[in-house]
Amino acid sequence: MSSTAHETAHGHGVDQKQFGFWIYLMSDLIIFAVLFATFAVMSGHFAGGPGPKALFDVPYLFLETMFLLVSSVTYGLAVLSLQAGKRSAVVWRLLITFVLGLGFVAMEVNEFSQLIGEGFGPDKSAFLSAFFTLVATHGFHVSCGLLWMATLIVQVWRKGLTAGVESRLLRLSLFWHFLDIVWVGVFSFVYLVGLV
Amino acid sequence: MSENHAEQSSGGHGRLGKYLVGFGLAVVLTLVSFGIIAAGVQPKYIAVIGLIVAAVLQIFVHLRYFLHLDGSKDQVWNVTSIAFTALIVFLFVAGTVWVIFTLNARLMA
Repeated sequence: MSSTAHETAHGHGVDQKQFGFWIYLMSDLIIFAVLFATFAVMSGHFAGGPGPKALFDVPYLFLETMFLLVSSVTYGLAVLSLQAGKRSAVVWRLLITFVLGLGFVAMEVNEFSQLIGEGFGPDKSAFLSAFFTLVATHGFHVSCGLLWMATLIVQVWRKGLTAGVESRLLRLSLFWHFLDIVWVGVFSFVYLVGLV
Repeated sequence: MSENHAEQSSGGHGRLGKYLVGFGLAVVLTLVSFGIIAAGVQPKYIAVIGLIVAAVLQIFVHLRYFLHLDGSKDQVWNVTSIAFTALIVFLFVAGTVWVIFTLNARLMA
């Protein structure tokens, strides 16, 4: 398993759960691959509607990307505090991660509502259908990650760094870093390639 | 095996340093990607190739520095499963693009 599991040296139970979760992430990757492939096929079909250059705001996208990237690092810092057994540091580092993740989701929801408000919703063209499906699937994953993170923050705060809490924190760590990797694909191939 | 690994990679500084190096590389690669668009690199195919290369490099940076995936023995199954998944992803995406974008040519022939 990822060495994050080993650093805690809890033995095979944690390793197996981490590996099982890793397999889930791999199947999730397949879902995203299908959505990326669909987007690639649909991305040139605007049905008379606007294309990427009329819709995407590069500085806005850059800020959104930074929110998620920095949150990935702050989650890593929370794992370091976890390994050092520092409970309060784990809590506040997770809180920072949560706020950054929430900032990302808020920016995305804002972008979507603006597009839909201007009449460029997923019903406008094949390009926009594929765009909304792929980006919203990622955003939904991040939102689920936030719900999971909020739950774990409460658990760390109330139960402390028990073996169970630690094991769950390490799995969320895989999930969170994984979502940032998928986002690299989204901002590169969905947004930026469309702007070339 | 796992305890050896824990000893090797323990020590707060090394771990913190790894995250910071990963962050630095990820920021640089993100700036390269956005820079390609900001600078309006021409011709277009060069810009697209640049974006693909930067994205692939950044994915490896994330895997190495954030998910701590490396060639160590205890990670054989993680690496094997992601390598297999990468193959499937490649078949799906490249296969779809290839089939759909050559459809016209093949129907005409």
